[in-house]
Amino acid sequence: MSAQAGVTRNRELALLILALLIGAGAMCLVAVARSTKQVSIAAPFIIAVAVAYVIAHIIERRFASRSDPLILPLAAFLNFLGLAVIYRLSPHHFGRSQVTWTIVGIALFIATIVLVKDYKVLARYKYLFGFAGVGLLLLPLTPLGEQVNGARLWVRFPVFFQPGEAAKICLVLFFAGYLAERKELLAIASRRFLGFHIPDLKHFGPLLVMWGLSLAVMFYENDLGSSLLFFSIFIAMLFIATARVVYVAFGGLLFAIGAYIGYQAFGHVQERVTIWLHVFNPHLVNGNSYQLAQSLFAFATGGLFGTGLGQGRPDLIPAATTDFLFSGIGEELGLLGTVAVLLCFMLLVARGFRTAILCRDSFGQLLAAGLMTIFGIQTFVIVAGVTRLLPLTGVTLPFMSYGGSSLLANYVLIGLLVRISHQTAAEPLPAHTAEILIGGRR
Amino acid sequence: MERQIRQVAIVLLIAFGALFIQLNYIQIFAAERIAANPANVRALLQQYSIKRGDIVTYDGVRIAHSRATHQKLKYVRTYPQGELYGQLTGYYSILYGADRLESSYNNELLGRNSTLSMQDIQDRFLGGGQQGDDLRLTINSKLQEAARAALGTNRGAIVAIEPQTGQVKAMWSNPSFDPNPLASHDSKTARRYFNSIKGACPTSRLCDLATSYGYPPGSTFKIVTATAALDTGKYNPHSKFPDPNPLILPQTPQTLTNFSHTACNGGQPIDFFTAITISCDTTFAILGLRIPADIHTYAQRFGFNSAIPFDIPTQPSSYPKVKSDNRPFQAYDAIGQGNTRATPLQMALVAATVANGGVEMRPQLVYQVIDPKGGIVRGYQPQDLGRVMSPKTSAELTQMMVSVVQKGTGTTAQIPGVQVAGKTGTAQTGVQGTNPHTWFICFAPATNPKIAVAVLVEHGGTFGSEATGGAVAAPLARQVLEADRRISGW
Repeated sequence: MSAQAGVTRNRELALLILALLIGAGAMCLVAVARSTKQVSIAAPFIIAVAVAYVIAHIIERRFASRSDPLILPLAAFLNFLGLAVIYRLSPHHFGRSQVTWTIVGIALFIATIVLVKDYKVLARYKYLFGFAGVGLLLLPLTPLGEQVNGARLWVRFPVFFQPGEAAKICLVLFFAGYLAERKELLAIASRRFLGFHIPDLKHFGPLLVMWGLSLAVMFYENDLGSSLLFFSIFIAMLFIATARVVYVAFGGLLFAIGAYIGYQAFGHVQERVTIWLHVFNPHLVNGNSYQLAQSLFAFATGGLFGTGLGQGRPDLIPAATTDFLFSGIGEELGLLGTVAVLLCFMLLVARGFRTAILCRDSFGQLLAAGLMTIFGIQTFVIVAGVTRLLPLTGVTLPFMSYGGSSLLANYVLIGLLVRISHQTAAEPLPAHTAEILIGGRR
Repeated sequence: MERQIRQVAIVLLIAFGALFIQLNYIQIFAAERIAANPANVRALLQQYSIKRGDIVTYDGVRIAHSRATHQKLKYVRTYPQGELYGQLTGYYSILYGADRLESSYNNELLGRNSTLSMQDIQDRFLGGGQQGDDLRLTINSKLQEAARAALGTNRGAIVAIEPQTGQVKAMWSNPSFDPNPLASHDSKTARRYFNSIKGACPTSRLCDLATSYGYPPGSTFKIVTATAALDTGKYNPHSKFPDPNPLILPQTPQTLTNFSHTACNGGQPIDFFTAITISCDTTFAILGLRIPADIHTYAQRFGFNSAIPFDIPTQPSSYPKVKSDNRPFQAYDAIGQGNTRATPLQMALVAATVANGGVEMRPQLVYQVIDPKGGIVRGYQPQDLGRVMSPKTSAELTQMMVSVVQKGTGTTAQIPGVQVAGKTGTAQTGVQGTNPHTWFICFAPATNPKIAVAVLVEHGGTFGSEATGGAVAAPLARQVLEADRRISGW
């Protein structure tokens, strides 16, 4: 390991220790709030999680020594704080299993770093990822699928999981590989229409395929949130690859058509919009809009400083461990807590985009940017939903919400990111890039 | 591609910026309004997660208690004695808020006013079971029960006060209400019961007849008139008054007749002492016409025209100033008719003030605030409201009141071996076909008073049109005096 790498990793270790101390402190606080005896029950969890992160750090020193030092500590902070909130609400059930999922997630993170020796190799398997992604996405429609809370997103084989989370990463891998190869082709503008330079019509094919796939998810799986997420990620990556605003415009149009169809076709979509517009309507507030109203009460009760961890009543919010976990943070940690958490998400997204920009091959750039876009949009969509900025669509809050599928997928996501950032830093720079970078860093 | 990546990043940055703005809006700017929505049960849950302190009588009977429910609202308020203390404790209700002691001592009962102990700090920090302070009242449960037994089914009120301290030993108003259904966490139960008892004073069961409604005090008010006459030095017990029947009133063809419809002393001049013994209306009506300003001054000294400082809200008794063009009211008001109105609590204070040598004590219902470990957080000392009359006047009034019971209108209040001082009252309601309100105020023993009692029986109770203070109210007062004598051993 070079001296430069050593400094970077030591910085990571310092930040990781800080994140773990905050997480362990939060965990102890919620345990004590329940009863002082709970601390001894929570202690093994805290230690297990902390040890797992330290192991991940050591592996990084060995296999990804030049990687971005902020990614793992930020994930650790968000995950640990989420764990504390989940543990506070349900220590024996969700709390216990989320600890297990966290450790499995860290193991998957380690596996990603160790096994993916060169991320560029992944581009070769782009069609495999593409098929896997579509297959996973549609898996809940097979007899293996199960409907939970109205959405057919689950599969019980071999364990209960949400294949959409894994599909997300597979599809980004596919898009990155596909677009890296075709971006020049797709960017060629052969016609003019209404003042726009328009690429050959056949190049809109992939866009229409994705649109169809998103609609399928929306129609057959009743999941508006994931559907919008998939489609918007594709548009974003297409734009990054081609710099063609027309794709965004056309995509936006398709998106709007899809949303309109969804609104007309599904009662639950109309209901979401009604709830969003009239959350405090006395006829709804204890009925359909109960959940969102409770979420807003939680934020309002929290105010600037919050009630303190373990002192509020986030248990009043239905689904407080999953979709509405952020509301619990709002109540107990206040605006200071919510802003801190959001800043950490932003920082993580920013480090991801930085990794993308520093990367010197198209596939790596598209992959890092794509992964971070989906991560950022997902965070935005759920936080906007629970704060009533936008109608609520149920997606998980990355690293924080209860649920193994989401947690594992996100650990693979940052594993890939770490890999890309390490390789970018470790590989010798072409002379002109080195000049630009050194100049830029002065 | 760097450019596009930056552009996507900027779009995401703007989206996150919108989140920060929205969070500031819902957590700071609109927070108060959002949290105040009635569908937000957090404040309620917080209040009901505190084990509210007990309310106990002086002799340790628990009359309000918080019982664990093992539900979302952790504690429910219960009132083991039901109606007996309803008018004192009031209620603690989700739908209707808090009333009486539950309201005026809310902070103490929630434990907000006590000094912070280490345990409290730990509880607060860790959200452990908070516990409020207990209230120990001055009420003696046995005397309270005696008051209820004495009044029986009659509508009215009985107030018993220790003259030297102002401590209220019993205060019973019939009808009363049961605070239990109001405190119920089942809103249907609470609403149904509340709707069955709500209404205006004095008909509603929620109305405390002892403190919240003024009745014409009738001849019991003559003690106030007599105080003014004697304490100003303008008259003494031997002063002679004319004995007309009827008394011709100024500015009007109206006349004022005695209750008996005869002259008090066969038309011969009557001395003041005798006049009060036999409750001669014309004598006091004459005083009303002669010294109206003095009577007004002394009525206010006793507490008329302002709310009595007390541990629960009180309705002020009234003795208005009579305009010079309406002089007959000077006569009516001076004998406790006309526009004079008094609560039983006010009349109990009149008796207690005479008993206490002329110094009025602030009535006191709460004796101590006690923390959950039994330590006294605060003890309330007797407080005097000022001297109403000289010791000499109070001694003269005492002799007159003893005479009332020995040989006057209040003989039914006699207790063998004890000198009782008292005054009867029979107040016309001014409404055709309704029976008079009957009153008796008294204290005993006359030379070393232990207890002062006021009894009001609305519309004379079961005695109908024949009702008088002596026939109806005095025997009830005697029962309470005897009960106190048994309980306190004097």
